[in-house]
Amino acid sequence: MLELRNITKQVGAETHLSDISLRLERGTLNVLLGPTLSGKTSLMRIMAGLDRPSSGTIHVDGVDVTGVSPQKRDVAMVFQQFINYPSMTVYDNIASPMRVAGADRQSIDEAVQRAATLMKLTPYLDRTPLNLSGGQQQRTALARAIVKNAGLVLLDEPLANLDYKLREELRAELPRIFAESGTIFVYATTEPSEALLLGGNTATLSEGRVTQFGRTIEVFRRPADLITARTFSDPPLNTVAMHKSNGAFSLEGGVSFPATDALHAIADGAYTMGFQPHHLSLSRTAPDAVALRAVVTALEITGSESFVHLRFAGADWIMLTPGVQNYAVGEEIEVFLDPRLLMVFDGAGRAVGQATAMAA
Amino acid sequence: MEKTWNNKAWFLVLPVLVLVAFSAIIPLMTVVNYSVQDTFGNNQFFWAGLDWFDDTLHSSRFWEALWRNLLFSGIILAIQIPLGIFIALHMPKRGWGVPVCLVLMALPLLIPWNVVGTIWQVFGRVDIGLLGRALAGLGVDYNYVQDPFDAWATIVVMDVWHWTSLVVLLCYAGLVSIPDAYYQAARIDGASRWSVFRFIQLPKMQRVLLIAVLLRFMDSFMIYTEPFVVTGGGPGNETTFLSIDLVKMAIGQFDVGPAAAMSLIYFLIVMLLSWVFYTVMTNYGQGDER
Repeated sequence: MLELRNITKQVGAETHLSDISLRLERGTLNVLLGPTLSGKTSLMRIMAGLDRPSSGTIHVDGVDVTGVSPQKRDVAMVFQQFINYPSMTVYDNIASPMRVAGADRQSIDEAVQRAATLMKLTPYLDRTPLNLSGGQQQRTALARAIVKNAGLVLLDEPLANLDYKLREELRAELPRIFAESGTIFVYATTEPSEALLLGGNTATLSEGRVTQFGRTIEVFRRPADLITARTFSDPPLNTVAMHKSNGAFSLEGGVSFPATDALHAIADGAYTMGFQPHHLSLSRTAPDAVALRAVVTALEITGSESFVHLRFAGADWIMLTPGVQNYAVGEEIEVFLDPRLLMVFDGAGRAVGQATAMAA
Repeated sequence: MEKTWNNKAWFLVLPVLVLVAFSAIIPLMTVVNYSVQDTFGNNQFFWAGLDWFDDTLHSSRFWEALWRNLLFSGIILAIQIPLGIFIALHMPKRGWGVPVCLVLMALPLLIPWNVVGTIWQVFGRVDIGLLGRALAGLGVDYNYVQDPFDAWATIVVMDVWHWTSLVVLLCYAGLVSIPDAYYQAARIDGASRWSVFRFIQLPKMQRVLLIAVLLRFMDSFMIYTEPFVVTGGGPGNETTFLSIDLVKMAIGQFDVGPAAAMSLIYFLIVMLLSWVFYTVMTNYGQGDER
């Protein structure tokens, strides 16, 4: 078990990480989800022992390892860039962690062959990394991490520089490969969809803070606050200001609808309401769906889906809807929203009346 | 579009042809012209065939000078390349030290060759030079005018002072282009300082090192100005390199024919050795860099 206690990292006047506490269990897959510069890499570097936290401690199975150097940490790391020893062959690259550890020739060979088979590198063992494609280079780096058989495997956006097809392929293989070894697996990504595809647990990061940590699906469905909801939404979360009084919600522009059961109990006052882009629809999905009139500001059509950019009461929204939808920019259209899918956040950005967005 | 066929393209190539003709081909052909004839002045020329080439290749003077050149280049490479790598490895990668170091490194490169020669000529003088006096004060018997070893040492140290910076700057450029992640990965692997150098930094510097070796070899092999200013080729002929000998022969003795033959041979040697260096080093690096 890896435990971070109140980790803070300050570089000069800048705070890269502030007061992060996490417990990662053996045999789990943990996603660090957050935009660029949210602190994912800083956190991983501290987990690896490459950097020392400004304050706070790191414990592995209850033992404080805060000042311990990376090579004594039993950790493997794969980076966004394809990092291999340029002059060594693929075989020697994969073997390098075991050679440093002083393993015997036979067990090195067995481990290298096994990792090469897993990563489909067997035909390329005699080549040097720069004579490989990007995907093969990253597979070599991943094979090095596998061979090391470390208790903690850190993957820092390992698929970000690969093309789409390879990403899909490797993303499906990775959790399976590492799950078998019972290691703690940490995966940093900027993409909400990647976190959902990987499953496991997710910690959402924003501006150096962990805003929420829990099972990936739970965090996605029930974000604890507006920042988490925004971090975990792609395309961006739709929000609009809302006011509650007399058991009803009213939006700007004269739209009003009764509060759902879960939200009935919250105090009267001003809130922010949020919902996912695919929760807007062109037809009435539920009998009590709220009808809203919004103006089309832009259209993006992928073929199977259309991203309709809308403007409603001063807020910019995106509707993700199936099929090709053709509208003129400036056209006013009617869209529907199921009030049971709403997430409601108070003035401080905390989610209120949870048990929403179940149909996500 | 219909393709038209005519000879207009020659007009586009013409300026380059004229330029190259005047800057390279015509001067070279003049030398070729001298090398196969004999002259006693008065613009009178007599056909000499390949006699001058034959003479040059059978003169001990030529082979001795050539040997000195090779020895000098060998010493220069053996000192400047490792020293340049060593300094580059210890230069700061960020902060205020970077511009300071870069300017300090660039300074020797900005000084004209004959000025460098003059500086060291004065610097090393036993009667007034700082270095010469200091060494004498320490009881070292140093005199570059009389002692061949001291003359060689002076020229080598001078060249190291003048040109190591070039190797440093090239290596430094190679080093700073290595992403930080390589060093982090090495730290996680528990790689030693030597392994980091041997398996990350050296392979990543390979290309710039190739350029550095080529540049330093060609330049040191063609050395003229500095030894000419400092030692004038002496004591005796101890520091007479091919280029100095060439000038002595052509201008001092006005033996234009032999000098032309010698300069052609010299030229071919430089070309041949550069080609060998280039081929060997690029082949060696194949598979590592692409």
